[in-house]
Amino acid sequence: MSAGAAGLAAANRQTLQKLVVVALAMFGFGYALVPMYEAICEVTGIRNLLRADAVPANTQVDATRVVTVELDSNTRGLPWTFRPVAGSLRVHPGELATVEYEVRNNLDRPVTGQAIPSYAPAESAQYFRKLECFCFQQQTLAPGEVRRMPVVFVIDPALPGSVATVSLSYTFFEVAGRQGRPG
Amino acid sequence: MSAVLDQHGHEHAHDHHPSGLMRWVTTTNHKDIGTMYLWFSFAMFIVGGVMALVIRAELFQPGLQVVNPEFFNAMTTYHGLIMVFGAIMPAFVGFANWQIPMMIGAPDMAFPRMNNWSFWLLPPAATLLIASFFMPGGGAGVGWTMYAPLTVQQGPAMDLMIFAVHILGMSSIMGSINIITTLLNMRAPGMTLMKMPLFCWTWLITAYLLIAVMPVLAGAVTMTLTDRHFGTTFFNAAGGGDPVLYQHIFWFFGHPEVYIIAIPAFGVISQVIPAFSRKPLFGYTSMVYATASIAILSFIVWAHHMYTVGMPTVGQLYFMYATMLIAIPTGVKVFNWLATMWKGSITFETPMLFALGFLFLFTMGGFSGLVLSLTAVDVQLHDTYYVVAHFHYVMVAGALFAAFAGVYYWFPKWTGKMYDEKLGKLHFWLSLIFFNVTFFVQHFLGLAGMPRRIPDYALQFTEFNMISSIGAFGFGLSQVFFFYVIVKAIRSGEKAPEHPWEGADTLEWTHLPTPAPYHSFETPPVVK
Repeated sequence: MSAGAAGLAAANRQTLQKLVVVALAMFGFGYALVPMYEAICEVTGIRNLLRADAVPANTQVDATRVVTVELDSNTRGLPWTFRPVAGSLRVHPGELATVEYEVRNNLDRPVTGQAIPSYAPAESAQYFRKLECFCFQQQTLAPGEVRRMPVVFVIDPALPGSVATVSLSYTFFEVAGRQGRPG
Repeated sequence: MSAVLDQHGHEHAHDHHPSGLMRWVTTTNHKDIGTMYLWFSFAMFIVGGVMALVIRAELFQPGLQVVNPEFFNAMTTYHGLIMVFGAIMPAFVGFANWQIPMMIGAPDMAFPRMNNWSFWLLPPAATLLIASFFMPGGGAGVGWTMYAPLTVQQGPAMDLMIFAVHILGMSSIMGSINIITTLLNMRAPGMTLMKMPLFCWTWLITAYLLIAVMPVLAGAVTMTLTDRHFGTTFFNAAGGGDPVLYQHIFWFFGHPEVYIIAIPAFGVISQVIPAFSRKPLFGYTSMVYATASIAILSFIVWAHHMYTVGMPTVGQLYFMYATMLIAIPTGVKVFNWLATMWKGSITFETPMLFALGFLFLFTMGGFSGLVLSLTAVDVQLHDTYYVVAHFHYVMVAGALFAAFAGVYYWFPKWTGKMYDEKLGKLHFWLSLIFFNVTFFVQHFLGLAGMPRRIPDYALQFTEFNMISSIGAFGFGLSQVFFFYVIVKAIRSGEKAPEHPWEGADTLEWTHLPTPAPYHSFETPPVVK
């Protein structure tokens, strides 16, 4: 009986150890999901927000279509004035276009910001090819500095015909400091 | 664990334990711990239920009458968290503690002291959750899913909530390790895995799910914590993070969690239906494989909770088809239960009524789940009351009704007393009717576009909301009545016969007296 009980205790201890390893490994797996998620977004092109896009293979300008591009700007947590110079423009798919944004630092200290683009409708993101953008690097503005920043883009002629208007929206976030926390 | 050895050494010192409160604090007996789990879960069920009634009182009429919107948000959040982690999960762990050793012929759980600790972590976690209400800024109104970035911006209540989730997770993981070890190593001679009662099988699978996903949830809330206080930016776009990442991590936990709640309920139903049909369970082997399939599939469908985050169409299609696939093993289970009843000599005592209520309403919840799995439909229904109706059909009429069935079914074995059959049946009918009054109309509200988690609504939703609120208060009172039925049975119930259910054929009914003695199966039975 006692030998059997000791055998059982040893077997139980062994099972316990294995299961603890599984639990710890799954805690690690939760963190491993972070780089996996980034890699998947990279590979599928969902989140190449901060890099220049490749020029579309078909560079033929589709003069039969006109797409309205609406420009939008937001700031979060930093007192900059940030707006597009023109609110919207009309372009042909395949045509190289340049728009400008103006930003002004209203603080009396230099501030570094990062702009993150987003698109509406969401499906237009993969057809909106930015060749040059102020969002590809962080922007540091001196106190009171005003800066005009260009965005050069091409709309891929493969954009589905149902999309007539594309909204390009930038949000500037402050880099460093206690982001996203009130007060 | 030398605790196991000690247990065996003291086995014959019957009733040699401290009395009063210390008996419960120091107990390592699986039956005591099971009882504590069940009472704790009932207490949390009442707390979470009162919160639900605050929500329904506010929604009785359009406009703001009872609470302010911040408090309303906190109510929806805490109601969800408390019901999932405080009421339903501990209830089934309570069943596991009581039943698993008795059903497999083991003297106790594998690690009795760890078992004690698993339980006693719960009251501190509940205290942290409730204490977070009194933090500056009030309770955290982030939703039970605790989505970033809102959680990163909340007041200090969020930190308490995060620690409560950590502690609850630790408790679940320890409980699961205990259950798996008991089931794998301590079965009576002759009881092969494929001879285990299905309740044991469902818990074996559930425990594996818990060990696989509770640590992932712990990781997700830890990331939230470090985002809040230690300068990391997992979910903060300003620092290169992504709030959608939180949703992926959360639902990688969250979808298996749904089955962690549902699968032990399947186990209880798979004991009750054969007992009252006086037939063995139809398709035992297919039941085991169907349960395991559901568990495995649950890992690859998580993003069907996130159709509207802007994922590519290919991704939506994959998650849609994978989700629909789950209907197949679930269908196998439902048809097996029906086939078990086919040509059986059925009687309709309270446990069987709750099992049938489960079967009918859970299947309806499953169908509305199929509707929601369709991407094109879900984009319209996402975050509406249709979703609320759907998951209450599977959580309340599914898991909770199964828990009621289990309580009534095993009550005579646990206490040696019989509940009042008339009152039990009344509890069933009240619950069934008021449940449907509460939640059926919410399908219509959702289809008409009423969003969830909002304290106010447009005027055209008024009538259905009034009906739903009346049903909710009726359902709440029915559960107070349940408390009365149980307390009355414990205090002055008739003595239970030795075999109250003639169709029940698992070891606790065939090999143990009623009520089950404090120490059972010191010598393991031999299973042929």
